[in-house]
Amino acid sequence: MPDNQAGGATPGAEVEVPFRASGFAPTRVPFVAGATFAAVLALWWISTKAGWVSEFALPRPDEVLSSFVEIASNGTLVKHLGASLQRLLIGWTLGALVGCAVGFGVGLSSLARSSALPLVSAIFPIPKIALLPLFILWLGIGEISKVATIAFGVFSPMVIATFGGVDSVDRGLIRMAQSFGVPYWTIVRRIVLPGAMPAILSGTRISASIAIILLTAAEMIGAQYGIGAMVLASGNLMQTDHLIAGVLVLSAMGFAVSQIIGMFERRLLRWR
Amino acid sequence: MDLIARSITHSYGGMVVLDDVSLTVRSGEIVAILGPSGCGKSTFLRILGGLEKPRGGRVFTQGEPPAKTLNPLTYVFQDFALIPWMSVEQNVMLPLEHHPMADAERRARVASALQRVNLTEFAAVYPRQLSGGMKQRASIARALAVEPAILLMDEPLSALDAQTRDLLMDDLIRLWNETRFTAVYVTHNLAEAVRLGHRVVVLSRRPGRIRDIVEIDLPHDQRAESSPDVIRAREILWSLIREEAITADREISDAG
Repeated sequence: MPDNQAGGATPGAEVEVPFRASGFAPTRVPFVAGATFAAVLALWWISTKAGWVSEFALPRPDEVLSSFVEIASNGTLVKHLGASLQRLLIGWTLGALVGCAVGFGVGLSSLARSSALPLVSAIFPIPKIALLPLFILWLGIGEISKVATIAFGVFSPMVIATFGGVDSVDRGLIRMAQSFGVPYWTIVRRIVLPGAMPAILSGTRISASIAIILLTAAEMIGAQYGIGAMVLASGNLMQTDHLIAGVLVLSAMGFAVSQIIGMFERRLLRWR
Repeated sequence: MDLIARSITHSYGGMVVLDDVSLTVRSGEIVAILGPSGCGKSTFLRILGGLEKPRGGRVFTQGEPPAKTLNPLTYVFQDFALIPWMSVEQNVMLPLEHHPMADAERRARVASALQRVNLTEFAAVYPRQLSGGMKQRASIARALAVEPAILLMDEPLSALDAQTRDLLMDDLIRLWNETRFTAVYVTHNLAEAVRLGHRVVVLSRRPGRIRDIVEIDLPHDQRAESSPDVIRAREILWSLIREEAITADREISDAG
């Protein structure tokens, strides 16, 4: 500081101040994701080819691929995947819609909060698959019992996510709207719903993965068609190549669902 | 339209925040309410516009609001209260939507309000893209769009930096000279109260009571910092709030 009249120059050599704020900011390095997958595939292929792992326990990647091509081309996959997607779609939609509605009730009304919330909290920790036998007794072994299990499993996390979202909406915005005389339902539609949307969407993510788990489990317990049934049957027949192909389909299904939700997030939460 | 508060008393839990506050705001005047933090001035403002129910006392309006008024008592909030997922235009439009009127009139009201605060070119922008000053101007536009009879302003400049505050103060004075609106302006800032208020109501600390009302009978354009009248008004007000401010500063906050 040459203009500073108060201080004189301090004797000694100049030492540069080192930069200390590095790290703790991970970013995405291009091509590493692809390389990681390739490495895992290569390791898998080499270990099975060289006989380190018995082919019975883990089939070669190319065998899994050919069995995938086989089930895809002979219509087996379409039949199983179709049955699964239908259950997933109906069950999740049903559970999510009812869950959202109840969540809004709990978030907006004292009566609903006092009555429904304790009930939902009691239902939440039950592993829903334990209820499948009961649903089978009530609703039969057909589609309805499986859809009901999925819907029930989706319901409580959706309620909790939605009402948490409604609770987190800035009260200042609501008071503002009230101070302008905006009607109740307009406030719910224009302020509470969009304000709760981030929480609802993250609830959607959680409940979708719960739905896929329940779907697979329900199909393993009693279904003729469905990816879960296919995986179980392949296991019983010791067709590990089919089994792994089925598991990869489940993985792809989960990935696709999360991509779709991500798309909605980008579209609905553009304002953030 | 006049606004009359009669014997307003309010308490949170056992703590009395307002004790027998009575005030009449005449049509066309700006009443500044000055007091240290925690004196209940924001609570008083919320009570004036019906956003909070007082424990005792009542608030009345007297006279008809102007014909174009959609929302007689209209707030401007300290934190702007802009809805983040709506553009500036949509924010200003929101309080008009539930009123039956032609779409063209609604649009015209929004356009004229935005124009009065110089935000026309930012109509399509989301609040997060705006500076603090522009956010508050957007929120003032929203208030202007309903042609309020009385503006209730809760520390509207407190969240802004000093330079922006000066600019917005000029805007408020210009707007008042255009339309002569009635306003209650709550602030803890002595300079703002002297700059804008026709009367400055000084509230004491807990429990909030009216300590004094200082009239500033001077047009806004004659309120230069160096004007003797302004200096005198400042001195009077400062002597009224000095001790309270010292006590307030030394107190451990329990009210939040």
